[in-house]
Amino acid sequence: MESLIIILVGVLTTVAIYLVLSKNVVRVILGTAILSHAVHLLILSMGGLKVGTVPLLGEEAEVYVDALPQALILTAIVISFAVTAFILVLAYRAYQELGTDNLGAMRGSDDE
Amino acid sequence: MYLLIFAILIPFIATALIPLIHKRIGAFHIGWFVLLVPLALFAIFVMQIPAISNGETLIQAVNWIPSLGINFTAYLDGLSLIMALLITGMGSLVVLYSIYYLSSSDSFPHFYAYLLLFMGAMLGVVLSDNLLVLYVFWELTSISSFLLIAFWYHRKNSRYGAQKSLLITVFGGFGMLAGFLMLHSMTGTFSIREIAAVLGQYTDHTLFYPAMFLVLLGAFTKSAQFPFHIWLPDAMEAPTPVSAYLHSATMVKAGIYLVARFTPLFGGSAAWFWTVTLVGLVTLFWGAFCAVRQTDLKALLAYSTISQLGLIMSLFGLGSAALHFGDGELGELYGLAIFAALFHMINHSTFKGALFMVVGIIDHQVGTRDTRRLGGLISFLPITFTFAVIGSFSMAGLPFFNGFLSKEMFFTATVNAAILPAFGASTWGLLIPVIAWIASVFTFVYCMVFVFRTFFGTPQLKKLDRKPVEPSIGMLISPAILCIFIVGLFFVPNLLGDHLLKPAMNGIIPGIPGAAPHISAWHGFNAELFMTLGIIVIGTFLFLTFRSWYKIYLIQPAGWNFTVLYNSFLKGLKRAANWITTHYMTGYLPAYFAYIFIFFIVTSGGALIFTGALSIDLTADSPIAIYEGMLIAVMVIAAISMLFAKSRLTAILLNGVLGFSIAIFFVLFRAPDLALTQLVIETVTTALFLLCFNFLPEWTKEDSPKRTKIRNAVIAISAGVTVTLIGLTVNSGRLFDSISGYFEDSYELAGGDNIVNAILGDFRAFDTMLESLVLFIAGLGVYTLIRLKLGKGTKKDEHQ
Amino acid sequence: MNINDVILKTVSKAVVLIILTFGIYLFLSGHNQPGGGFIGGLVIASAFVLMFLSYDSETVSDALPIDFKKLSAFGVLLAMASGIAPMFFGGAFLAQSFGYFDLPIFGKTELATVTIFEAGIALTVIGVVVNIILSISEDE
Repeated sequence: MESLIIILVGVLTTVAIYLVLSKNVVRVILGTAILSHAVHLLILSMGGLKVGTVPLLGEEAEVYVDALPQALILTAIVISFAVTAFILVLAYRAYQELGTDNLGAMRGSDDE
Repeated sequence: MYLLIFAILIPFIATALIPLIHKRIGAFHIGWFVLLVPLALFAIFVMQIPAISNGETLIQAVNWIPSLGINFTAYLDGLSLIMALLITGMGSLVVLYSIYYLSSSDSFPHFYAYLLLFMGAMLGVVLSDNLLVLYVFWELTSISSFLLIAFWYHRKNSRYGAQKSLLITVFGGFGMLAGFLMLHSMTGTFSIREIAAVLGQYTDHTLFYPAMFLVLLGAFTKSAQFPFHIWLPDAMEAPTPVSAYLHSATMVKAGIYLVARFTPLFGGSAAWFWTVTLVGLVTLFWGAFCAVRQTDLKALLAYSTISQLGLIMSLFGLGSAALHFGDGELGELYGLAIFAALFHMINHSTFKGALFMVVGIIDHQVGTRDTRRLGGLISFLPITFTFAVIGSFSMAGLPFFNGFLSKEMFFTATVNAAILPAFGASTWGLLIPVIAWIASVFTFVYCMVFVFRTFFGTPQLKKLDRKPVEPSIGMLISPAILCIFIVGLFFVPNLLGDHLLKPAMNGIIPGIPGAAPHISAWHGFNAELFMTLGIIVIGTFLFLTFRSWYKIYLIQPAGWNFTVLYNSFLKGLKRAANWITTHYMTGYLPAYFAYIFIFFIVTSGGALIFTGALSIDLTADSPIAIYEGMLIAVMVIAAISMLFAKSRLTAILLNGVLGFSIAIFFVLFRAPDLALTQLVIETVTTALFLLCFNFLPEWTKEDSPKRTKIRNAVIAISAGVTVTLIGLTVNSGRLFDSISGYFEDSYELAGGDNIVNAILGDFRAFDTMLESLVLFIAGLGVYTLIRLKLGKGTKKDEHQ
Repeated sequence: MNINDVILKTVSKAVVLIILTFGIYLFLSGHNQPGGGFIGGLVIASAFVLMFLSYDSETVSDALPIDFKKLSAFGVLLAMASGIAPMFFGGAFLAQSFGYFDLPIFGKTELATVTIFEAGIALTVIGVVVNIILSISEDE
């Protein structure tokens, strides 16, 4: 299962990076969103999958799954939301000011 | 009681209050409020003298980052007390002086805020026992010095001087930090006292000498030792009270303080002895030699400060030999140098402070400090003249002033060094008193230059901006007090010696209490006396015949000095940076992304292959259920079809598919908290995308050339493969045990059943707190981006 | 006002109440059950967002005079202050403590300082999320 998830992570990363490398701002933002999905899955699979029960001590189980990756991911999810929101707004404000959503056209002049 | 820690904090608190007070008081000069701070602190430290002179020390600690061994430990011993008294005492005088010196067009709140900031930082340097805390305060003094030098920032020279001082002192500071870290890695503690107790065991450690030289680098840059002295003359662009305070009495002594503080750690070794002594002597000579030719009085004082700092530095070097011998006759003989160093450190602050204030008065009253325009001021400024004579004669080491006493002790130390029976001094040791004597001749000459070029000769009133008159009484109080000290210390030196210098010396060379002498002005006809007499005779001769040997200064070609080296280094750095930037920073975001990903692929992928770490082991995998396989298939299809999505709406929906699938995975992988969060976040994110699409155009087909597309695809696929391989490798073998077992005790440790939540709120609460800060900043960023409309219309007008 | 709006508004009135209750439940139970500051805050925020979407922002702002920017700043401050407080009792920054008390109605109850910290986090999340959505939707 872990290996399969890691391969899925690889596919998601590939797609994300291809999108990030494109000229269109929205594609770039979508790329970053997918990249964070991929990273979340990667971190989770590093702790081992399905090897125990949910990390709630009330369950009184023998083994719990690794809780540390979950804590990391929880933080990452919220941060990536904030960052996505920020760059989305940055993108549309840039469009309002500059009249383009093409990164090639946002390059600016040489004397800047 | 946290008296010491409050003493450090009070100036910082006062700094913060200055803008508030300034608004309230109207025409009343804010300097009077500021004056209360150093005065109160001075009183506090004076009250500590009895305890310290009995050999006690004060330690007050507040835990700061205990897990890293960083505690805010304030430590007061004799050495710290001397420094603290200098900082607060000179601080009081300088603030008082500055009230009359600054003109009404200057920004008082800025000036006093920087000055108090410096005062607090400097107190922090001399009072902290923890190396990292010391480092932080150390850099803070550099920053406040930078701000004060650039106080008249409209002047180009001020900005240049400020930048130079900052670059050089911070460069040294970084070196020092590295040295501190080495000390920590050797001894496992950041506390100076603890390191001093154990460092003796580590003299064979490979890091011992690197640590020593790096700490010295910090000290030498800060105390303007050769060849790092070049920043100090340029720092004279600061207002004169600042020069008197930071650049002669206190901040430049931080390096000397550091050397003194580290003498018990490193002292006793030949490397320390020779480095500190020789650098000090060279600085002593070079500073004195350069000072003679200066025509700007402040530049003259700057070089003289460099020279005097070198003198004190070399004394600390010479005195460190005492630690080699330990308690006994030889230890006491060489320990005298430490005593002399401390004595001269105080004396230097008194006479140099007075001299700077004299220059400030001259500058303030006649509008110039160029010796070519000055002369004959004795009849116009008799009181100022008296101060100048007292200050410079003390600096020259003439009797009836405190400088004489410490200068004599300096000669004693150098003469003793010539016969030092250790460190191979028998061959070259004779050079020490010779260099010291030659340098002292030049010291005498520039002292005479200072007095005679300014106050004697024919007055050149036409060249002056104003008719010279004595300044208001307020400006004369501070130098007068210093002059009283200069003379007073000559007659009752042992009051200082017994109560302050002796305990300080005992801290620097512990276990040799006999080294402290009874100071007396008359020792009989010995070598030191004849050295002084020789200086007076030869010095007077050189001063009178200055024109005939002036050409000696022309031997050094104009382009051959360290300032030129510094300037061309900065220029080269700028050019190189510019070249790299223009070639590398294309301003095109995808190019930057490409750099990042290629770098990642090359380094991480390369490391994976070349270290032979790559290994794939599927045996430990958990089984796959059929619905999980289907979910993975759905995600792969959704991801790939996103590349071919015709409209952005489709892309968003596909992104939603991915997000919700991951939420399902979180459920399958026993992560209920994550599943909940992911569900809500995915919903809100999708809403956010849709909202923003109102403002963005429908996306167009990517019109890049085929070559770019293939390049991008190659980068993307290689990165994906690299990530996969790293993931598989990590998954197939564990290099060390998981730390997660610790968190499973969350019920006992944090009182929570939910381990994830306990990690977030308790074990790693610091991360979570900063995360909420990031969130807040992002929210603020979004808000300002939307509300902040840059000069609406201006841009559009240009296009029309 | 068309019929859809009426349905939306009526439904959302009820739904918002349910979501809010659920959010507060998640926030409070986070210590022992799934939930906590982030999730609780997010759910409560989504309730507010739903309100703003189904009514116009003026109506909601009148009924609910909260400045969400200030709310998020307050949240950050609360989280930090809850970290500084233990330093006065000799603890480290952000050290949390907990204890069990017999309260009259609830019986044996666990009270933990982490709840204050989590409240700060939750307020930050609510403030930021609502503020982001509101800023964007109010932009012309």
